[in-house]
Amino acid sequence: MNCSIRYIDEFRDPATARALIGRIRQDAGDHPARLMEVCGTHTVAIARSGIRPLLSGAVTMVSGPGCPVCVTPDGYIDAAIALGREKGALLASFGDMLRVPGKTSSLEREKGKGLDLRVVYSPLDAVALAAETRSREVVFLGVGFETTAPAIAGAIRTAAQQRVANFSVLSSVRTIPEAMGVLAADPEVRIEGFLCPAHVSAIIGADAYLPVAEAHRIPCVVAGFEPLDILMGISMLVRQIREGAARVENEYTRVATRGGNRKAQELVADVFVPCDTGWRGIGVIRASGLRISERYAAFDAEGKFGVPVVYTPERTACRCGDVLKGKILPGDCPLFGKACVPDEPYGPCMVSSEGTCAAHYRYGAS
Amino acid sequence: MCLGVPARVMERSGDAAIVELGGVRREISLMLLDDVSVGEWVIVHAGFAIERLSEEEAEQTLSLLREIADAF
Ligand code: SF4
Repeated sequence: MNCSIRYIDEFRDPATARALIGRIRQDAGDHPARLMEVCGTHTVAIARSGIRPLLSGAVTMVSGPGCPVCVTPDGYIDAAIALGREKGALLASFGDMLRVPGKTSSLEREKGKGLDLRVVYSPLDAVALAAETRSREVVFLGVGFETTAPAIAGAIRTAAQQRVANFSVLSSVRTIPEAMGVLAADPEVRIEGFLCPAHVSAIIGADAYLPVAEAHRIPCVVAGFEPLDILMGISMLVRQIREGAARVENEYTRVATRGGNRKAQELVADVFVPCDTGWRGIGVIRASGLRISERYAAFDAEGKFGVPVVYTPERTACRCGDVLKGKILPGDCPLFGKACVPDEPYGPCMVSSEGTCAAHYRYGAS
Repeated sequence: MCLGVPARVMERSGDAAIVELGGVRREISLMLLDDVSVGEWVIVHAGFAIERLSEEEAEQTLSLLREIADAF
């Protein structure tokens, strides 16, 4: 038995996919449903598997703000560059941050000019790097949503326990339900259902969407990332819309529970506290960010080095803000595929492979 | 970025475990989960097992999907 592909291939069966598409079309009838996939990993999976055209006329999928890299404001990149350039810190980052444009440069461009930056797979690798390099300050660029927050919190707690004092984190951690609430309330977005992220939900639990579902009377379905998960999730949403329901349902029961991962939640609550934070293209959303708590202040790079992340609304021709809110599709942006391509991204939605514009460009979905 | 992959725990000592991930063995942290045993499936993200993968629940979802496929 090949264990390595279990629970992936079974959720890609083409015959079942066709049946689900038939069921969705039948349930949608002549009322095409407008749904938002909140998460960038869903965006890529939908683009790659060609689900969008297969559902045309029955379901319109718009992409939400769920690519952490895309919504990280340029002020964050500027602060990271300043930490490396002016404070001499050794930066450790996930690879997909490198090409995100700051106000004047990107980490990749600065690296080409000598900025000391290592790409790591896990935040714990950055703690290990700091433990090996005691003479240098190591700053981990802690970007992500609830899925990544426990890993970043785990690294901070590990550094505290092992007294790795030359380790700190520039935090730009965000929480999804708060952003969903803002989008659900935006009359220009006009969505009828949320396809909720798989792994964010593994941490926070499906019940975390109850306030959004109730306050905005909007159905929410947690779904896995494989094609059958996505189609089943869409089917569950379309059925709820037909019934006029606004429940929270969970397709991804094999991983996400109603309450989520309590141990991870406790760790996050110990290391972080909620704060207002700016989202690129969207603006400041109340209590949608996590900053490092007083208890772990020694590991907060902003305070430690006096380099604050300053949020200013962008002024650019890039329409990422409208793309991230699902107001337009990438192909509606005049720069798409012209002045803005993955090799030379103009806007952040083209930078990360999970960016909506990049996914549409690569898989020809626009 | 929130991609997580199913992996099987092959060895563990304390909070550190070796998992098999698409044919590759990798060290990950089990800090976020209590009492994981060797042989269990977990979802790995950024070097951490973020949650267990329930084989029983997976089978239930698959049989529901099969029912839908048969009905169509
Ligand atoms: S195509 Fe480029 S410029 Fe246009 S919205 Fe997307 S990322 Fe921004």
